[in-house]
Amino acid sequence: MGRYVARRLLLTIPVLIGASFLIFAMVYALPGDPIRALGGDRPLAPAVVAQLRDEYNLDDPLVVQYAKYVGDLLQGDFGTDFRGREVLDTIEQRLPVTIQLAVVAILFEAVIGIIAGVLAGIRRNGFLDNVVLVSSTIVVSVPILVLAFVAQFVFGLQLGWFPISGIGEGWYSFVLPGLVLAAGSLAYVARLTRTSVAENMRADYVRTAKAKGLPRRTVIVRHTLRNSLIPVVTFIGADIGTLMGGAIVTESVFNLPGIGRAIFDAVRAQEGAVVVGIVTLMVFFFIFFNLVVDVLYAVLDPRIRYD
Amino acid sequence: MTDQQQADLRHDEVEAGTTTGLASPSVDATDARQNSLWSDAWKDLKRNPLFWIGGLLMLVFLAMALLPQVFARGVDPRECSLSNSQQKPSAGHWFGFDQQGCDYLANVVYGARNSLIIGVLAVLVVLLLGVVVGAIAGFYGGLTDSLLSRITDIFYALPLVLGALVVLRTGTLGRGVTAVAIALALFGWMTAMRLVRSQVIAVKSSDYVAAARAMGASNGRILVRHILPNAIAPVLVYTTITIGVLIAAEATLTFLGVGLQRPAISWGLQIEAGQSLLRTAPHLVLFPSIVLTLTVMAFIMMGDALRDALDPRQRA
Repeated sequence: MGRYVARRLLLTIPVLIGASFLIFAMVYALPGDPIRALGGDRPLAPAVVAQLRDEYNLDDPLVVQYAKYVGDLLQGDFGTDFRGREVLDTIEQRLPVTIQLAVVAILFEAVIGIIAGVLAGIRRNGFLDNVVLVSSTIVVSVPILVLAFVAQFVFGLQLGWFPISGIGEGWYSFVLPGLVLAAGSLAYVARLTRTSVAENMRADYVRTAKAKGLPRRTVIVRHTLRNSLIPVVTFIGADIGTLMGGAIVTESVFNLPGIGRAIFDAVRAQEGAVVVGIVTLMVFFFIFFNLVVDVLYAVLDPRIRYD
Repeated sequence: MTDQQQADLRHDEVEAGTTTGLASPSVDATDARQNSLWSDAWKDLKRNPLFWIGGLLMLVFLAMALLPQVFARGVDPRECSLSNSQQKPSAGHWFGFDQQGCDYLANVVYGARNSLIIGVLAVLVVLLLGVVVGAIAGFYGGLTDSLLSRITDIFYALPLVLGALVVLRTGTLGRGVTAVAIALALFGWMTAMRLVRSQVIAVKSSDYVAAARAMGASNGRILVRHILPNAIAPVLVYTTITIGVLIAAEATLTFLGVGLQRPAISWGLQIEAGQSLLRTAPHLVLFPSIVLTLTVMAFIMMGDALRDALDPRQRA
């Protein structure tokens, strides 16, 4: 296992470098001169422009710029934006919001998704099964964007149950955006659990458990569910990394000051350092959680051995 | 389970369409000849309500994209009168009017064309990239495979909307329909590549490929004539679902302000314009949202139905 993890970590490096370079190169290609834009209506003095360009390595070739950036990054320096603010400060300030959002989303995903999936799976083709199948097909098809507005309109404006903008009410503010962000994965978790439970209900060990007279509840919870949840747990783990992408839209619509919103603002303002810094962080999370999941998989399912 | 399979978990159901290309051995009672995979699939499809609902919706939206005049009841979407601004839906104007006083039904109907064109165009590029890269990686294996797989991993680690957002913001592609489609495809081809790659690896070790090789067929011929046709079923399922996903992504990008620009007519632009009026004129967000959702749903339902029909493992 140790060797496997080490090998995977090594494989992570080219992906991390490749992805951040890709974004770096694209940000580098952004039109317009960010330094000139800084001056606004009054053009900056040529000497100031030259000094700023030098400070941000803007006159070096792309690869050299990138190498300098990575060099700083390895020492924990994410650089500064064009207003002199540390990118790391921005991340430190914004990340907790996104983490809160992700936690709420994962909770919804796990709790509602697994309950719905189990109810559907234990009686395949029953009434609940069909309800879960149809509703998950519908939920999967609704774009996050649309879902966000439906949620805002119904639960925020019409019923007035939840705030629809900002984070003024603590965890409560994250209920609606969390649900919206989780919806697609929630439907997928329900389906995955359903398939997995339905399959295991036919397994020999479940028949044995029934035959020795265990109550139905015990059979389902202790025998079927424990085995059925392996793929579900791993999916949810991998999804933590994926949720970051969805956060861009959710945080924009619900006006949450997280890193999704930060990256969107940074792309618009051509703040290259901020974009690259946050993307590198997101890619790192994505790869990290995928690795955790793979290791988790072997821990949960003793039949799987990596070495 | 490798990281690759793990990352593809979300698409596991799609991949489940794995076939070895062997004709299904089931024999029709009345007709003793063997049924092909496709005729079996058609029999399944005919019984599946998802297929009929999805197909019907697809036809409606296709017609809407081709002949918007008919659906808009002859109203010009750009003929507006400010005196009608934000009027609620009525018998004469089913979807009401937008802020500029344009008939909203006409505007929503005319939005179908851009969405469908982008969805189909993007998926074609996705297929092109996915099939070419995936087939090469799977067929040649070794170093080529490792290299191409790592490149795919790099793209896979970047979320679709984020990648497309940055590319479109650079403006190198422009801001038109083609630009949006290419930007989406550029960050959306990875699953297709992995799908094709795994299919090709699965199929290339089968007996009929060995037979073709023994008869002296070239690599190119084996790839094109023998391997690809047998890897096509799961790709078809994936393609159908992906059109829906890409249409939703287009609306999202346009909503975020980096996709299509006015005066283009697009559901993403309509939702964006309506969002600040959610309190006073909710119909402005509601109607494009409903139509967008139904379009996405059509493709996803059709994909689900195709998967059920083409996946022999799920057959009872």
